[in-house]
Amino acid sequence: MAEVSHGIGGLKFDASKKTWPNELNIFMALVLIVVIFEALGAMLMGQSLLFDSAGRFDSIFNEARLYIIILQVSIVGIIAIGVTQVIISGGIDLSSGSIVGATAMIAMSFAQTELVNGNPNPKAIFGPALMDLPVIIPILVGLACGLFAGLVNGLLIAYTRIPPFIATLGMMVTARGIAKWWSKGQPISFPTQDYAVIGNGLGGWMPVVIFIVLAILFQFILKYTVYGKHTYAIGSNEEAARMSGIKVGRHKVLVYAIAGSLAAIAALVLSSKNLTAQAGMGIMYELDAIAMAVIGGVSLSGGRGSIVGTVLGALIFGVIISGFTFLRLDAYYQEMVKGGIIVGAVVLDQWRQRPSASRS
Amino acid sequence: MSKLKLQDTGDIILETRDLTKRYGGIHALEGANFILRKGEHVAIMGDNGAGKSTFVRQITGVEQHTRGDIIFNGKSVRFENPMDAREAGIETVFQTLALADELDVPDNLFLGRELVKFRLGPFSILDYKAMRERTLQALEKTGVKIPNLRNTIRHMSGGQRQCVAIARTATFHSKLTIMDEPTAALGVQETAQVENIVRTLKEQGEPLILISHNMRQVFDLVDRIVVFRRGRIVANLNKHETDGQDVVAYITGAKTGEEYQDAA
Ligand SMILES: Nc1ncnc2c1ncn2[C@@H]1O[C@H](COP(=O)(O)OP(=O)(O)OP(=O)(O)O)[C@@H](O)[C@H]1O
Ligand SMILES: [Mg+2]
Repeated sequence: MAEVSHGIGGLKFDASKKTWPNELNIFMALVLIVVIFEALGAMLMGQSLLFDSAGRFDSIFNEARLYIIILQVSIVGIIAIGVTQVIISGGIDLSSGSIVGATAMIAMSFAQTELVNGNPNPKAIFGPALMDLPVIIPILVGLACGLFAGLVNGLLIAYTRIPPFIATLGMMVTARGIAKWWSKGQPISFPTQDYAVIGNGLGGWMPVVIFIVLAILFQFILKYTVYGKHTYAIGSNEEAARMSGIKVGRHKVLVYAIAGSLAAIAALVLSSKNLTAQAGMGIMYELDAIAMAVIGGVSLSGGRGSIVGTVLGALIFGVIISGFTFLRLDAYYQEMVKGGIIVGAVVLDQWRQRPSASRS
Repeated sequence: MSKLKLQDTGDIILETRDLTKRYGGIHALEGANFILRKGEHVAIMGDNGAGKSTFVRQITGVEQHTRGDIIFNGKSVRFENPMDAREAGIETVFQTLALADELDVPDNLFLGRELVKFRLGPFSILDYKAMRERTLQALEKTGVKIPNLRNTIRHMSGGQRQCVAIARTATFHSKLTIMDEPTAALGVQETAQVENIVRTLKEQGEPLILISHNMRQVFDLVDRIVVFRRGRIVANLNKHETDGQDVVAYITGAKTGEEYQDAA
């Protein structure tokens, strides 16, 4: 075989010219967006967004703002990991935000302490027998909630032919209802010390560490395991996957079950970090997670994208949101911009597919 | 039916009895009695919509037939899904090719039966290196031209896609190979390559069902020609006792085999 012709059957192919991975484009978009905000900051506010301009020399970064960006991104990012594999499989999950709400409420009620400053816990849900439980109990209860919700999603989608959009929309409403019903709308607070560690450990970096570990794990799973391969196969051509012998229904159940479980992990982290759970927790998180994935190059038509892309998409999302806060734009504008970003990313995805779309 | 009945069933690899498929009111396949012996190569011909692909989908577990029996390798079977059929030893090139557009060539060759280096249920770890090596072997065997194995199927020409689908069946040992219009989009050289693959199968004694509209190809490659018309089998012709014109007469309905008179 010659240097240039690594192709089969004599066709020329220069193996040294690898195709440019999409993740690199997204990374450059991230850099570009940071540059834009830095420029706007310098012009409008006389300040830097990420770099410390306050004259402190112990660090080149504005650590406080970086921490906020990364922390915010981490919790929704955990959901986005699950959503990413759902979208790659050709589906969608609108229920993750509500699963966060319901799971946070239920898990937190198994994580309460009996005594708060020597007085009985004013927000107690259960009697003393179910308080001060080992931290593994609320963790398992929470995971079970998410897993169950995800299983219901998956079973509905795989075996009743309800479109994923509708099935998970139903779960979105139902799970939110459960979150409100669980304590009749009352917040649930005062968790045990151990439970508080989930969202506050490691000097407050625990959510970030959990996010990074899960991101690495799922990047590996999607790329190097049969599960990952089948997820991409089903998303790129479900009928072909079925004809090739993949048990598509069973696989989908697993995909949604994992997505539900990841939403549950996000719920544990969030409720622990806030030391409280409220019925409204996680509202709109499903859309933020979808936005992160789509910005990160995950195609809504399925079969394409990666966790690395989603992590970069999450960072872009985080930078834009805190960039707007930094520029003192109203929260109203932020919501509108968020909507614009989601639509923009989808348009970009459609546009990216066009040149080579020989068939759908 | 009576003419097809065999004294010795030991050499039959596939038989269908009264195989019928309806899509709602559409009678896509009606009472197909079909026999394939071990080592035999049979062509299925017929106009568009005659029910050829429908027939294939019934025996490969892609769809569930409405009525009738399938006997494969001496056992009555009803494959629940395509994996069951593949595991039983039926390799198929579907007319739709059944390729995943966003995956590359090795991924597609091993789709549904990936090589793994570490078993862990659905999370078994893929052995990319082994799959790549076996892909190269398979492609060399089939003489396929593909510049870059890592390219996704989406970026390939129609012919290249077809080559990948054919290489897939050639990669795995099978008891029966089915090809549904395998050379429809292929150039002259590629068609010749595929025909060589078919000849190799013949030499190895592997049975084949070939669906094709190409009269020259059919007469070159197979022993027997079965003609479908409007969902029914209307002729079962020994290659040496027929010719192109005769086959066309059966396809168009000018003639019907005497044993199939009631079908016409
Ligand atoms: N899923 C389906 N639902 C309804 N009708 C169908 C379905 N699949 C096939 N048909 C109909 O069944 C008939 C047989 O189709 P089939 O695909 O088997 O034809 P064919 O002989 O393979 O034709 P071609 O040479 O064009 O490939 C056609 O009339 C077709 O429209
Ligand atoms: Mg056909």
